[in-house]
Amino acid sequence: MQATKRKIDIDYTKYDFRDEVKYVYQSKRGLSREVVEEISYWKNEPEWMRQFRLHSLEVFLKKPMPTWGADLSEINFDEYIYYIKPTDRQGKSWDEVPEKIRQTFERLGIPEAERKFLAGVGAQYESEVVYHSLREDLMKKGVIFVDMDTAVREYPDLVKKYFGTVIPPEDNKFAALNSAVWSGGSFVYVPKGVKVDFPLQAYFRINAESVGQFERTLIIAEEGASVHYIEGCTAPVYREDSLHSAVVEIIALPGSHVRYTTVQNWSKNVYNLVTKRAVAYEDAFVEWVDGNLGSKVTMKYPAVYLLGKGAKAEILSIAYAGAGQHQDTGAKVIHVAPYTTSNIVSKSISKDGGRTSYRGLVKVQKGAVGVKSTVRCDALMLDEFSRSDTYPYMEIDEELVSIGHEATVGKISEDQLFYLMSRGLSESEALTLVVLGFIEPFAKELPLDYAIELNKLIKLEMEGAIG
Amino acid sequence: MPTLEVRDLYVSVDGKEILKGLNFTVNKGEVHALMGPNGSGKSTLAYTIMGHPKYKVESGDILFEGKSILEMKPDERAKLGLFLAFQYPVEVPGVTLFNFLWKAIQSNNLDSTSPRVSKLPRSIVDYKKELIDRIKNLNMSEIFIYRPIGVGFSGGEKKRMEILQMAMLKPTIAFLDEPDSGLDIDSLKTVADVVNSIRSQDLGMVVITHYQRILNYIKPDFVHIMLDGKIVKSGGPDIVEKLEQEGYAWIREIAAESAD
Repeated sequence: MQATKRKIDIDYTKYDFRDEVKYVYQSKRGLSREVVEEISYWKNEPEWMRQFRLHSLEVFLKKPMPTWGADLSEINFDEYIYYIKPTDRQGKSWDEVPEKIRQTFERLGIPEAERKFLAGVGAQYESEVVYHSLREDLMKKGVIFVDMDTAVREYPDLVKKYFGTVIPPEDNKFAALNSAVWSGGSFVYVPKGVKVDFPLQAYFRINAESVGQFERTLIIAEEGASVHYIEGCTAPVYREDSLHSAVVEIIALPGSHVRYTTVQNWSKNVYNLVTKRAVAYEDAFVEWVDGNLGSKVTMKYPAVYLLGKGAKAEILSIAYAGAGQHQDTGAKVIHVAPYTTSNIVSKSISKDGGRTSYRGLVKVQKGAVGVKSTVRCDALMLDEFSRSDTYPYMEIDEELVSIGHEATVGKISEDQLFYLMSRGLSESEALTLVVLGFIEPFAKELPLDYAIELNKLIKLEMEGAIG
Repeated sequence: MPTLEVRDLYVSVDGKEILKGLNFTVNKGEVHALMGPNGSGKSTLAYTIMGHPKYKVESGDILFEGKSILEMKPDERAKLGLFLAFQYPVEVPGVTLFNFLWKAIQSNNLDSTSPRVSKLPRSIVDYKKELIDRIKNLNMSEIFIYRPIGVGFSGGEKKRMEILQMAMLKPTIAFLDEPDSGLDIDSLKTVADVVNSIRSQDLGMVVITHYQRILNYIKPDFVHIMLDGKIVKSGGPDIVEKLEQEGYAWIREIAAESAD
């Protein structure tokens, strides 16, 4: 049992298909002022957004590449296509979506999920959102769920007020890149006191080779509002790498509740470099539920700034790294206001030479008395080739606080496997069970269909793949 | 043909020899007590029979119904009808007994052709009903079957969950590794009652223990005393009494004499 190599693979075949789609427009490779202006032109944007993009491009060009985290040295910004417009117009029903693209989303199960349990759906293909819907009763209550481009045109006041306020272009190189070439993504606005009972979902699909996807999402929950937003992402496997660099901003106003769930299953040639951040005002509650299974490299640290008294943050994440993958993920919570609480749980699994890193920051500013924060990160390594590191940073400038931190790094336990096998489970069944048990705190937070899908993904290639 | 036969078995753990030429036979329908001081190799025997990868068989053989099982993995041995109630059951966070045991029963249903399989529940409805009946017999609430295996259980609760699994899986030969350690007298009686209730002509049991106490409730047909990796004395229940009165000293004398 010791000598056999343990193999758990995520099954990507389900997502690894590509379509022959004729695009309406695609920019030439590489990034330049010209490309940025073209994007703005195709979108018919107001001047302020054009200026925002051009300014962001300058910031991007000036900023050095990050020298910490994952290895990004192979990224060549000249190789990517920054904008692909797949279709002329957006569908309000799936019938209006070009057939090839519609078939893609049908294969991914999106329309089915929409019928079953979603209150609204957005589907992005390459650079543009090709389908959008929202339940009528929510529309009547004033809920807005549209793609970001539409929001710039139709809700300029709201967008101007919040866009880029949580994550300015100056924040980091990839936030600057996104700000310069962003396209698509979701805009969610939930009016005061409105509770959106079923999740809203956006699905992001990269189809072409060497393409960059730079969606931009902005979620605003007014006082006492609540919303659950889910995001899923996949791409087929190509020889050339792709780049996904999103920016997600959440504004949780007093007493509101926002939950943001992601399960990214990008193919293993995608650089996934994402900035996600929320601000939470008095008594607001922000949850990030963040699953990272795919991609070649992911750098993502969902953050919450607790700005109002009594605000709460929960960040729950899993990362899974197989051969050739590096998941550098974590969480950041900044306690600015007193009596704010945060809870961070991170689970990571590495195998076949994969690498996971937990990188986290808990910061408590002076004066933020009565803060409570707990951090727990557990890493599981399935063989001796794999690697796991933990970088938990704490900056505590206030004494009247309660901070807890717990970390475990373990190999899969021989005694656990033996115990389960002694009851009749095969080694791969026993291993599957231990791994599913390990990520159970995450899986149970997902909507049922997603939890089942996640379990299936992990089970699939494990069964019979040992020895 | 004996149901389970251990022949001249030498076993080492991490290069240290623990079993040194052990012979032992157990048949369906029999209850054996295996006694001996700490470190004499009782648990090693149980783990080796179940196939723990850390326990290396240097020589000798283990036969189940006449066939060697040395090359079999633990799950294959389980499917033959071997069972081990662990002295220290592990914890498996995030995995409920309910899910795990149903998976185990399905695996047993699938692969085994032995007659014991016909007694396993076929449907999840039958399974659930039987599981709840049996956990109640162990004076435990059914909520335990929906909790992660072992996590936050007391020592006694863990032991009872082992007996529960034994009752559900209906083994042919079961080793109970110190089922009495850490139990108060009431729990001990409960465990013994359940064990007695599943005693049958189809089940051979080996109770590993230090103390006479549990043997007052689970009456063995045979008693064996282990010392330094070997069985040095076998006989009827009367041995237990003598052991309780005189300790292991007289056994050591016997062992020393036979070695001369």
